[in-house]
Amino acid sequence: MNSSSNLINALFIFVLAGFIGFEVIRRVSPLLHTPLMSLTNALDAIAVVGAILLVGEHKSTLSTVFGFIAVVAATSNIVGGFLITDRMLKMFKSSRPAAAPAAKSVGK
Amino acid sequence: MTTDLAGGQVIIELLYLIASVLFILSLKWMSSPTTARHGIWAGEIGMLLAICGTLLHHGIVDYKLIFIALVLGTIIGVPLGEVAMTAVPQRTALSHAFGALCVTLVGSAEFYLRSPDISRFMMAVLSLEVILGGLTVTGSLMAAGKLQEILPQRPLTYKGQNLVNFVLLAGALAIAVTLVLHPESRTLFPLMILIALAFGVLLIIPIGGADMPTVISLLNGYAGLSAAAMGFVLDSKLLIIAGALDGSSGLILSIIMSKAMNRSFTNVLFGAFGQVQAASAAGEEARPVRSATPEEAAAILSGANRVIVVPGYGMAVAQAQHKVRELYDALTKRGVDVRFAIHPVAGRMPGHMNVLLAEADIPYDRLIEMEEINGDFPQTDVALVIGANDVTNPAARSDASSPIYGMPILDVDKAHTVMVIKRSMNPGFAGIDNPLYYLDNTLMLFGDAKAFVGSIVREVTGGHS
Repeated sequence: MNSSSNLINALFIFVLAGFIGFEVIRRVSPLLHTPLMSLTNALDAIAVVGAILLVGEHKSTLSTVFGFIAVVAATSNIVGGFLITDRMLKMFKSSRPAAAPAAKSVGK
Repeated sequence: MTTDLAGGQVIIELLYLIASVLFILSLKWMSSPTTARHGIWAGEIGMLLAICGTLLHHGIVDYKLIFIALVLGTIIGVPLGEVAMTAVPQRTALSHAFGALCVTLVGSAEFYLRSPDISRFMMAVLSLEVILGGLTVTGSLMAAGKLQEILPQRPLTYKGQNLVNFVLLAGALAIAVTLVLHPESRTLFPLMILIALAFGVLLIIPIGGADMPTVISLLNGYAGLSAAAMGFVLDSKLLIIAGALDGSSGLILSIIMSKAMNRSFTNVLFGAFGQVQAASAAGEEARPVRSATPEEAAAILSGANRVIVVPGYGMAVAQAQHKVRELYDALTKRGVDVRFAIHPVAGRMPGHMNVLLAEADIPYDRLIEMEEINGDFPQTDVALVIGANDVTNPAARSDASSPIYGMPILDVDKAHTVMVIKRSMNPGFAGIDNPLYYLDNTLMLFGDAKAFVGSIVREVTGGHS
């Protein structure tokens, strides 16, 4: 970031995204708070993009090593986070018959 | 990071924009179980687009290493996605640690690449990123250790604890300020990270098992904020947005959790809870309680019109949730209206109890939140408490001297009959005696939750199950 206008832009984005997050997450049913947390965890691992650049640009040994570990850590969050969120959401079934098709796909 | 965008760069930024929109939709669809799975797909597509976009970056010279790292991460991630539902809280804590580790490492690498050519603002954000990231790494590992019961769950306190923590935090901030003024002081940087790591450990040591839902949420918030800070450092709008979303999610959940326990943030973080009261309760033993056999309990339940089951984490520890579902099926078949009352801190993390019951195939529209169901207890024939204690303690309403006074509870004592399945009369997690057990309308069902519910089911179904 080389100029103060970039900084102001970033602040705008941060504040507005915070508001959106607040409004969207307030509406999440408490029923789903655990899957919500594992989902946000997976989404937060988007930090992997910064780590990928560090590894790929190969600017110094230190940055490559740190980047490598960072990519591994973030990727495991992405994969594990989406997997477990999906497993959890599959388990939520309604007692109303309308939900029957969803229930069928669960069979273990 | 470039000021004027080349053609390829525009495509990358557009992919990031689409990913941002998909992330927001992903969370929006989590509002209801009927749309929630669309949310995962949106999140996955967004993630895929963002990673592909990043790989298009012209600065990348080495793809082999990236792919090795991605494959390694996947190998570690798959088993983390397949843990048992009871282990989800420690898995979540562990993934907060991983996320924060990524952020801290990237922040550190950026510092050494850029120092001493770092603007004051950038250095301040970078310090925030690695301090928050560092304390989240060790704090989350500690929380995961406590939840996995590798570490003692009892809060550990010592004299001057808050002072030590405060001094550490002040030390880290002082180094941060020094670095802002003198970004060339490369040797100070690792010291700042070490202090943040130590602070994370000490922050969680005094926190007891009962406060874990709040702590996990708070660490979630920290992880999000540190990722947003990383977005500022890398000038990545996508990362700022994802971090802000995650941060606000963690913050909202911590507020909900600390309200559910009637505690303030500072109280959770700086006050160990509940080990003193265990002793004071011992004075007044030998009060009479009424107990009942599985046969008697089954007869009362079969004759009821409305039953509310109040599950607590003890139910999951005893692995009784599948027997509870059999009881739900048997009673429903007899025309009894059975619902489940879910206290916000019934499990080990926000919403955990819902997941455990959903896993046992209990329909989610039978799981009712505390505020919604509390008014129904007076019209309820039987409230069946399984493995829950403090969240049913009427002292929270009436006894101003109780350590949990003011905490919102499930008003089970207002039901016509209360049945409590419990191993013995030992006080619960917080070590507080529960007057509910001595009420005239309370029947204690002593035994292992799984075995006891199993016996009730056999009685209700008439011996053949």
